[in-house]
Amino acid sequence: MGLDFTVVPAWIDTILLGVVWTIAITVAAAVLSFVGGILFAVIALYAPWLVRQPFRLFTWLFMGTPLLLQLFLIYFGLIQIGIDLPAFVAGVIGLGLHFAVYNSELIQTAIIAVDRGQMEAARTLGLSHSQALRKVVVPQAVRDVIPPIGNNMIALLKDSALVSVIGVTELTLSAQLAIGRTYRPFEFYLVAAVCYYIINLGMEAVLRRIERRIALSR
Amino acid sequence: MSDTQNFVEIRNARKSYGYIEVLKDISLNVERGQIVAIIGPSGSGKSTLLRAINDLDPLTGGEVWLDGVQVNKTLPHRQYEKHINQMREHVGMVFQHFNLFPHLTVRENVTMAPRLLKGISKEEADQLAEEQLRHVGLLDRIDYYPSRLSGGQKQRCAIARALAMKPKLMLFDEATSALDPELVEEVNLVMKKLAEEHMTMIIVTHEMDFAASVCDRVLFMDQGYVVEEGPPEVVFKNPKEERTRAFLRKHLGANK
Repeated sequence: MGLDFTVVPAWIDTILLGVVWTIAITVAAAVLSFVGGILFAVIALYAPWLVRQPFRLFTWLFMGTPLLLQLFLIYFGLIQIGIDLPAFVAGVIGLGLHFAVYNSELIQTAIIAVDRGQMEAARTLGLSHSQALRKVVVPQAVRDVIPPIGNNMIALLKDSALVSVIGVTELTLSAQLAIGRTYRPFEFYLVAAVCYYIINLGMEAVLRRIERRIALSR
Repeated sequence: MSDTQNFVEIRNARKSYGYIEVLKDISLNVERGQIVAIIGPSGSGKSTLLRAINDLDPLTGGEVWLDGVQVNKTLPHRQYEKHINQMREHVGMVFQHFNLFPHLTVRENVTMAPRLLKGISKEEADQLAEEQLRHVGLLDRIDYYPSRLSGGQKQRCAIARALAMKPKLMLFDEATSALDPELVEEVNLVMKKLAEEHMTMIIVTHEMDFAASVCDRVLFMDQGYVVEEGPPEVVFKNPKEERTRAFLRKHLGANK
């Protein structure tokens, strides 16, 4: 039995809907991971001890356990304590927080690397420590880590396939649905692979644009 | 405080890092409109003294007063932060390495603090930026990023940034030391202009000629002490202390 792609067109709507969901979940989780990453970095570096310690446990939970398990915990676990999240929301939170923790590591290093004179100059003008962080230090740190954060975002796109296990009909699950009806795994998984590749290209193009914008102001 | 005319008053300043004492009982008075130069070999404590005035390097002993208010008074942490931020609004500082904000344009560098702290509108901010940049001769670079400026332009931008807060006192920490020799003059000219406008200034410098031509008073520091203090014509031409003479021999020789 050879490859037969003639079965694909009949399922194109399902696949495209999967693409849309994959993009939606990736973009939403990417935004969460970016904003969360900045917030986590500032907490890890500057929050009082009492906040920092429990926060370290939280960080460890997200870095030391599989993303799949985290998604199960958020989607199936939280129901038990009365928090019933829609699968999409659970997926965004799981992916977003997971990658926020990784982004936070990058941003922390970058914050530490911003020249001490920047903080001094800002404080000398009368800015408070938090104003100086917000207006001077963090923007520079974030700028410096845009390229590695971009790499994380591409990993995020690929890991978004994991949310299929909690029932979000994104690209991978859509392909599986088609396979369930046609018994053509090779064809549909290949189609999904091509779709991921194309989304990836689009994402890289966006990232390159952002990087170029930043390079102009250096 | 009593109403003496001392605008900046440093009383028995001490600063130590662990066992190492970098400022050993220094007192200094500066009147409004005066320009004081601090000279001395590196490691003598001149920058530390300057940075104690706006509490960037807090003293471990002694007092700093500015215009009748004690800068380093004892307050609970939060209140102290608030107090020190308010004090700093009145004290401009210029650094050896400029410390411009690289992610902001020249205009934004100049207007960020006034917009944030004085709540001025965008129009007022633009006007302020133009006024300050014209003052330092940098109006044509208003929308450049710092990376595209020369060293001298960067330092002039840093001066404009400090002046935009309308400070009562300006501190210069080796403002021209990191510049190529041919760019020193343009920064010196701006500082001379400020002197003519009677800005109170305290200048840490290695440039003896500039100190001699602009300053009302010169302090020679060595190993945490003020060794000699007086008008430039005395300190430079006729120093009393052997250490001052040795330093000047070396420095004037190297500069010429």
